Amino acid sequence: MAIRRLKHTRTHAHACMLQTPLDDFQEELVIRPLHSGDIYASFQFRTVWDADFMGDQKVSHYRLFPKSLGQVITKFSVRELHISFTQGYWRTMQWGQPYLPSPPGAELWVWFQDTVTDVDGTWKELTNVLSGIFCASLNFIDSTNTVQPSASFKPLGIGNVTDHSFLRYATLPREIVCTENLTPWKKLLPCGSKAGLSVLLKSEKLFHSTFHSQAVHVRPVCQDPQCRTTSMELRQTLNVVFDLHTSGQGKREWSLFKMFSRTLTEACPLASSSKVYVDVTDNPQFELSPATPLLTQAVVLGDRRTYSVYDLTQQASFGSSRSLNMLLRWKAADGEMLRPLLHSERYVAGYGLQAGEIHTLIYNHHPYRAFPVLLLSAVPWYLRLYIHTLTVSSKGKDNRPSYIHYQPSKDRERPHLLEMLLQLPPNSVTEVTVEFERALLKWTEYTPDPNHGFYVGSSVISALVPSVVAMDTNSTLDRPLFSSFFPCKEEASYFMRVYTEPLLVNLPTPDFSMPYNVICLTCTVVAVGYGSLYNLLTRTFQVDEPSPGLAKRIANVIRRFRGVPLL
Amino acid sequence: MAAPLALLLIVAVTIRAALFRTSLANLISERVEVVSPLNAWKRVVEGLALLDLDISPYSGDVFHETPMVIYLFHFLMDYAEITFMLADCLTAVALYLAVKDYNKQVFRKQKFALEADRIPMDCLELIRSPTEMYYIPLKVAMFYLLNPFTIVSCVAKCTCGCLIYGSALLSAIFLALATYQSIYPLTLCVPALLYLLQRLYIPVNVRRSSFWFYTLQYLFMFLGSLLVLICLSFFLLGSWDFLPAVYGFILSVPDLTPNIGLFWYFFAEMFDHFRLFFLCVFQINVFFYTLPLSIKLKEHPVFLIFMQIALIAIFKSYPTVGDLSLYMAFLPVWNHLYRFLRNIFLVSCVLLACSALFPVLWHLWIYAGSANSNFYYAITLLFSVAQILLVSDYFYAFLRREHHLTNGLYLKKKDGSEATLVLK
Repeated sequence: MAIRRLKHTRTHAHACMLQTPLDDFQEELVIRPLHSGDIYASFQFRTVWDADFMGDQKVSHYRLFPKSLGQVITKFSVRELHISFTQGYWRTMQWGQPYLPSPPGAELWVWFQDTVTDVDGTWKELTNVLSGIFCASLNFIDSTNTVQPSASFKPLGIGNVTDHSFLRYATLPREIVCTENLTPWKKLLPCGSKAGLSVLLKSEKLFHSTFHSQAVHVRPVCQDPQCRTTSMELRQTLNVVFDLHTSGQGKREWSLFKMFSRTLTEACPLASSSKVYVDVTDNPQFELSPATPLLTQAVVLGDRRTYSVYDLTQQASFGSSRSLNMLLRWKAADGEMLRPLLHSERYVAGYGLQAGEIHTLIYNHHPYRAFPVLLLSAVPWYLRLYIHTLTVSSKGKDNRPSYIHYQPSKDRERPHLLEMLLQLPPNSVTEVTVEFERALLKWTEYTPDPNHGFYVGSSVISALVPSVVAMDTNSTLDRPLFSSFFPCKEEASYFMRVYTEPLLVNLPTPDFSMPYNVICLTCTVVAVGYGSLYNLLTRTFQVDEPSPGLAKRIANVIRRFRGVPLL
Repeated sequence: MAAPLALLLIVAVTIRAALFRTSLANLISERVEVVSPLNAWKRVVEGLALLDLDISPYSGDVFHETPMVIYLFHFLMDYAEITFMLADCLTAVALYLAVKDYNKQVFRKQKFALEADRIPMDCLELIRSPTEMYYIPLKVAMFYLLNPFTIVSCVAKCTCGCLIYGSALLSAIFLALATYQSIYPLTLCVPALLYLLQRLYIPVNVRRSSFWFYTLQYLFMFLGSLLVLICLSFFLLGSWDFLPAVYGFILSVPDLTPNIGLFWYFFAEMFDHFRLFFLCVFQINVFFYTLPLSIKLKEHPVFLIFMQIALIAIFKSYPTVGDLSLYMAFLPVWNHLYRFLRNIFLVSCVLLACSALFPVLWHLWIYAGSANSNFYYAITLLFSVAQILLVSDYFYAFLRREHHLTNGLYLKKKDGSEATLVLK
């Protein structure tokens, strides 16, 4: 009996070892010095797994792909999942475009598979499970902040889905990101935080930055150009911007140690590729040490940029000290930074706590090309939008949107959803204005610090921006991860998503110390009404006879007992 | 009487037209005392804009008017100001004619009572002379038209309903229209019925078959027209969405926008556990006084109507000053009760003070930030108390006059000295 069991386990192990691994892990870090002297570091960790989640095959053996996410995807029939946690706001005009945009706070959008019957119920369960996995308060996502966009947020993976009833989008602009969110995020990586690029992810430096964003993107991708088989791709991204003055002591001299207080010692053993890219396009007097002979060019964000590459899988990269600590030094470049083509701002206008206006400004800095953008705004129900006051104007003239999808809010049930397709004229500012009224909520519906205000999530502007350089449409070529995130369907333009600032709006508040007093006083007024009317209805007028003295009254009582006529 | 009425109408229209042209019109239409979520013009425009975008106006929570209003204003959008001025003028004319009719009734009754020798001699001073009654309809019209509250409501383009009586069928139709617009005029069904019974000299006696016959006839007409209106609304928009959006909204008070009533702060501060209970209590409170009042005032249906309108205006879920102006227009009809009113000075001072304080405290809370919601709430309480005192004062005076008409004006105690009259 025992011998037979031993033989069985040995053959099973043998079989496992003979199988070719179905998953592949790549990691990369891109360091981009910014025009303002700050430095931008973008980590991407990508796991591609050849398992078919959409089929009936039950997946049970997890190797590099994290089991918690795999189980979530199978249980809730998720086709695509995109979740991001961001602290800070990306300053497009000072820093340019990010490789992966994200709004402040938490953002979650999910495409479900068409086998799901009750999408809302599944969405609720999914948010609660994710809230546990990432230690974030995603359980605050409910129907009052979830919307179903009808045109923005097309699937980023394969699949030509048109039924938007399987898409859900929610943001929590008030969500704060901290070490507690970073730790479970790091746990999803195959090497954890022990080897490879993830050793740099130490929270004391990461959260001492101007901008910090960590995200998880799961989507199905094609394995070959003909797309005969699909595989599941998991990308974990972390974008961080270190400020020149707070982290850099005012000097344009950055090193890995200065940024992360760690250096790289080895690549992750489970990774098939582990690279560090440093963007050297901008400044010719760049000083980069240790020098590397590898240079590569990539087309990203509509621009051809040159990168110095450090391949961590080669032992030579680490040099004699067995550690890699890049040092970048550059002088401040004269002149203006190249202006990003698409940029937006948003603010609340008006005064007082009764009404206000939301103004969204969208800038098109292209000198001669006009292009359309999709604007998505989800406004909470307690700011009652008046859609008849919506005005869109470019260069002072009225600019009618060619497509408007408006879903009015229902009190305490769902938010306003406004989606518009706007044509932006070249070199112009388009202003979208809408008036709103502030509602008075029940005293239990206010957040713990009600005078801080209520957050309105960022608006999303999605556009295909015309590109100066021809984009690479071949998706299966071996390209750096940061240039292959958004799918590229045509050569003349690239996809860009811009998030506006979140808004902080004050609402009128009742006095929270007064519930009992209010109930008593109002009921008193109602009782005054009732009492007066009751008196007048049930009593009649009588002539007032003075009541007899005490002695006479007692005598009358005795007389009544005796049956004798009263005094 | 036509010439002074015409002059009055011209003056009223001029004032309103002048106010429409100024920037005050925009300011007034934003004020919470004047507009409520039920009848704000901004929301009517929003509902029409949603209809233009092919979205049902009731899919959101902004529009709470009945479908008839949408279709009415769909065609009258450009003439909105004229429509409201016309509505006000028509209401005034209707009130004028109604009060004139009522006065004739009263005078006739008085004559019969005098001839039947039912009134003690010393009450002759209480009798109302034709001369004094001549000007009452005009005064009523004047009160209505020139009441600043009415002007302000018109300028804010409130869609308040009004009630006109004439023949039984017409009154049933208009009553159904008013009830369709907001549920509370349902309570006016009883006094209207009593008034019509009185006009036809049918005694209000539950044992008489003629009473029941007429009552059932009237109720049938009323319910029938209401049903017709509701079905018409269904066919206008093709769905029953408007029922929860209009009637559900009035009854369940989800919107807590501050107004001059008692509901908003009460339900803003209510514990969730008791919300339904107090909602039911407050809504029953509006309908509750109908039966006792009708039993007490079955001989005087017009006063009953006045009382009902006043109670609705005080206790409804989204009151505005427009509702106030409607029952205040009736006050000249009861001019003769002046000698019996006890609190009129206090009440008028409080009402004036509150009217002045409402905008001040609103500004301090919402714009200046130096007061909080309690200040505005306190003035709502005072305002409601003042109105309740006004209504109960008039009721007291009315009952007292009736008592004197039957028992004599100068009453004496058993020992011959002058007596005081108390309610016991």
